[in-house]
Amino acid sequence: MNKIFPSCDAAVADIHDGAVVMVGSFGSYAGLPVNLITALARQGTKNLTVIANMGGVGFELTKRIKPEGYQDLGLLFEQAQVRKFIGSVPALGGMPPDSPLERLHREGKVEIEVVPQGTLAERIRCGAGGLGGFYTTVGVGTVVEKGKEKKVIQGREYILELPLKADFALIKAHRADSLGNLVYRQTARCFNPVMATAARVTIVEVDKLVAVGELDPESIVTPHVYVTRIVEVPR
Amino acid sequence: MKARLDEQTIALRAAREFPDGAVVNLGYGMPGLCANFIPEGRTVFFQAENGVLGYGNLSTDEAKDYELINASDQPVLPLPGICFFDSAASFDMIRGGHIDIVVLGAYQVSEKGDLANWGRPGRPATGMGGGMDLAAGAKKVIVTMLHTTKDGGPRIVKECTYPLTAKRCVSLIITDLAVIEVTGAGLVLKEIMPGWTVPEVQHLTAAKLIPAADLKEIAL
Repeated sequence: MNKIFPSCDAAVADIHDGAVVMVGSFGSYAGLPVNLITALARQGTKNLTVIANMGGVGFELTKRIKPEGYQDLGLLFEQAQVRKFIGSVPALGGMPPDSPLERLHREGKVEIEVVPQGTLAERIRCGAGGLGGFYTTVGVGTVVEKGKEKKVIQGREYILELPLKADFALIKAHRADSLGNLVYRQTARCFNPVMATAARVTIVEVDKLVAVGELDPESIVTPHVYVTRIVEVPR
Repeated sequence: MKARLDEQTIALRAAREFPDGAVVNLGYGMPGLCANFIPEGRTVFFQAENGVLGYGNLSTDEAKDYELINASDQPVLPLPGICFFDSAASFDMIRGGHIDIVVLGAYQVSEKGDLANWGRPGRPATGMGGGMDLAAGAKKVIVTMLHTTKDGGPRIVKECTYPLTAKRCVSLIITDLAVIEVTGAGLVLKEIMPGWTVPEVQHLTAAKLIPAADLKEIAL
């Protein structure tokens, strides 16, 4: 089966209105699938639910992080393609001016579900691994516990958190072989290997595509079974 | 106006708390400055939520590597022994009690050690990031913050009015005026800014301070 796609545009063409899309990275440039995000913006699909650690800040504000700037999730919010955002940092409260997501949220055009970052990662891992959820102490006694089942386990109070899955995951890896085995680079790993396992269709942009057998089997982080589509975008 | 510590000096004082060999996570903003002040002769391993253990100073290289960053999105330099892992593994490390010390900023800390450090009135779209996980899971939580708000109001309070990060999690508060330990008996004033009296600091604190028997001036 050929997983290699000629372009990011071709790889995201069937992401449909109302789809649930996970987007890798910590939130800023490292590990962000910038080319898949811009392809999804060109494709124009609407009413997306986006699951990502951070909501992005938009091209102008990214210059505070990387001087030449880069496109991030802000682009999808600027184009009003997203109906709901699930993540740990929708917007940086300490950072005026507003991000595109924060503006849309204030206008009542996008719903936000705020999730503690480790809980976000674990909910995705549950979704990927066929588990029905997990109990955690994180969020006990805060707004996060609202509406959730509570349980005392070995004398400590826990809350139940439920799994997250997606229709599509947009992932950035460093190298892939043509089967779809993936390796990452430094802190560009972050949420990428977690999200790559939790979607029906996992689409990966990679710096470099290599032949099967060229990756050290001991260094492979994401096994190819999780990867549906690969696009090589040299950086 | 009497002298107060600046942010760099608060960070320097906080870094004195890092024992040799400690695994330390530094929160967003002022806590990040602690990386510059590791006491001489000690080795500290910095962990960041985005999946790295053992990074070094902020990168001052002309060509920075934007794929090696701390949790404040700043490029850092690798040290020998550095390792990388994914976000789920990173938070296993954090929730599971494998982080010795986390240094966090705060809007408010209560006299019981409740922490409020993420949500602000008027900014409904902000999130807690990894703050709740760190506050719940680290062995020791140190807060670095200014003693009062911009308007001079107290940040150390009887009960937090801002959204909570976690309850009863803070062990030590280091401000521009004082070092305060959170104990079962209440807030113990351990160190005070030179030139300030206990009543003066108490006046700017909305919870009762118990002067320690061995109360000292903050020494740097």
